[in-house]
Amino acid sequence: MKRRTIKVDYLARVEGEGALYIRMKDGQVTDVKLKIYEPPRFFEAFMRGRKYTEAPDITARICGICPVAYQMSASQAMEAILGIRVEGPLRDLRHLLYLGEWIESHMLHVYMLHAPDFLGYQSAIEMARDHPEVVQRGLQLKKYGNEIVAVVGGREVHPINVRVGGFYRVPTREELQSLVDKLKWGRDAALETVRWVASFDFPDFEMDYEFVALRHPEEYAILEGRILSNKGLDIAVHEYDDHFEEIHVPYSNALHSRIRGRGSYLVGPMARFNLNFDRLSPLAQEAAREVGLLPPCRNPFQSIIVRSIETLHAFDVALRLVENYDMPDSPVVEAEPRAGTGYGATEAPRGLLYHRYTIDDQGIILDAKIVPPTSQNQKAIEEDLWHFVPQNLDLPEDELVWRCEQAIRNYDPCISCATHFLKLHIERE
Amino acid sequence: MARKPKLAVWKFASCDGCQLSLLDCEDELLTVADRVEIAYFLEASRAVVKGPYDLSLVEGSITTPHDAKRIRQIRRMSRYLVAIGACATTGGIQALRNFKDVREFVQRVYARPEYIETLEHSTPIAAHVSVDFELQGCPVNKYQLLEVIAAFLHGRRPNIPTHSVCMECKRRGVVCVMVARGIPCLGPVTQAGCNALCPAYHRGCFGCFGPKETPNTASLSARWLEMGVPREDLVRAFRGFTGYAEAFRKESMSHETADHQG
Repeated sequence: MKRRTIKVDYLARVEGEGALYIRMKDGQVTDVKLKIYEPPRFFEAFMRGRKYTEAPDITARICGICPVAYQMSASQAMEAILGIRVEGPLRDLRHLLYLGEWIESHMLHVYMLHAPDFLGYQSAIEMARDHPEVVQRGLQLKKYGNEIVAVVGGREVHPINVRVGGFYRVPTREELQSLVDKLKWGRDAALETVRWVASFDFPDFEMDYEFVALRHPEEYAILEGRILSNKGLDIAVHEYDDHFEEIHVPYSNALHSRIRGRGSYLVGPMARFNLNFDRLSPLAQEAAREVGLLPPCRNPFQSIIVRSIETLHAFDVALRLVENYDMPDSPVVEAEPRAGTGYGATEAPRGLLYHRYTIDDQGIILDAKIVPPTSQNQKAIEEDLWHFVPQNLDLPEDELVWRCEQAIRNYDPCISCATHFLKLHIERE
Repeated sequence: MARKPKLAVWKFASCDGCQLSLLDCEDELLTVADRVEIAYFLEASRAVVKGPYDLSLVEGSITTPHDAKRIRQIRRMSRYLVAIGACATTGGIQALRNFKDVREFVQRVYARPEYIETLEHSTPIAAHVSVDFELQGCPVNKYQLLEVIAAFLHGRRPNIPTHSVCMECKRRGVVCVMVARGIPCLGPVTQAGCNALCPAYHRGCFGCFGPKETPNTASLSARWLEMGVPREDLVRAFRGFTGYAEAFRKESMSHETADHQG
């Protein structure tokens, strides 16, 4: 009987802290645990007693990489309770701000965290010694995403300008116009990025996922939509709790999500790409065709191409939003608090982000529930490894460990989000 | 050639945003990487170089028995240790638990509370080990972060102002939101570093850079109450992202009455 263990205690190039544990016996995987030891922070508990107006700023602090996603889901849940809708130029500004966050987050992951795996470098900084112009391009793309967030939101990390009902101050047309040349450069550089990452070697690996994402009648859904899957799910956001459940497993400080009666599912760029390809900007669709990546994409390693295509889409749409912007008369839709329960779901860079709040007639939060994308993807990550490891047992030890890490990084997991979530440990029996 | 100084970046309970601020230095990152050896920075690199380290940047607060041990090990391996951000310098937003019963929190968020190991309080790094410098902010200002790194590499004190956000408003020419618009603002008692961001967006400061040096919180509270701000709102305002910092903690507790538990 041959037993093997492979250990990686601190998984690198992910956001937050965790480990992976894999045990094998006679070439069969007997256990896979994605261990999340990032300490819990209890947001849902200490939100109680706070005011509804504080939810966007407080929940932003769940994640420094995607604060806008939290601000958007929280604001919309509260607006549903208040009975108001944020439309027109204010909605366009939210869309623009959110696209800025997609660009910043995707370019961080593609260039700094994921590409080094494909090219055999420990980090982007090491990669920069051989490919300085490529890394510079990635940094510049990321910077322009951050600039969008800063112009609309006030600063890159934890923007201060988002509130329930809209904004504190809206930018002038001139302020947004300052972005035009940068967005045009970004659109070209994003297309170069799609071509660059599509030239990588990808392991031959596919899974039969249930993809879950928002779908919108006109847009590549980001701010709102119905929750859809490729296996028949089609529900309104307020029906989320009827169809999804969270399980507490002993080895993880992040709750696992599953679809009631079915099991694991996948959220994020691949889910959106497969469900909403027809809603991508024509330029992004064209780039996907050019590199030969069309839905259904079931190889998680190719998510790096999908993120790059989404980035191209984001620059393209952001440019249109900036060029068509007219400053609204008021930065906010005002409303008085009233008692009720509200639901909000938006597409964070890593996938569906669900919020639910109950407030009283004074606007005090009585109950909060937040389900971030990485908790939803935990089971899918583990299932990938159950299948990936047996196919790659011939690899030398170091290379197998690295490949397993890469399989996790395919998801751009955000552990800070998931615990409100990595270390790698493979044991071969 | 002299050996490059070794830089390490550590994470405790936090959102990742402060260490992200280093990766957000898009124009400066490769220069920094050229001047120092990035010896431990898991968010950026798989490669890990063993300590000791010349400069350790620590993000996050201490919330578990394991982390309380880990920070002591890191202190022993570090020549200089700098706490970065509101979590590392004040306990952060998760220090709101310090005003409540954490066991109830665990039960509210997790179905199987027995799996969760946590301390009753979320505490700053300085509550556990000696800290060479504390850089405030939720998140930190990335230019201040570069100043801190440069200063320690050159063996000098960082040049970080300790005056209030008010001074930044005056310098930036932002009209006072409290005087002109009647918007409650924590600017008079909050440390500078954001360049008066919120007032510039017609919003009152909400204290994310923490207390300034010797803040007169009692005077500001009196003014807020005169303006008609309900006492519960005042308590919530001081009890925010830096609410466990001593000055803000004492102020919020002094306004708490038996029938109102914040």
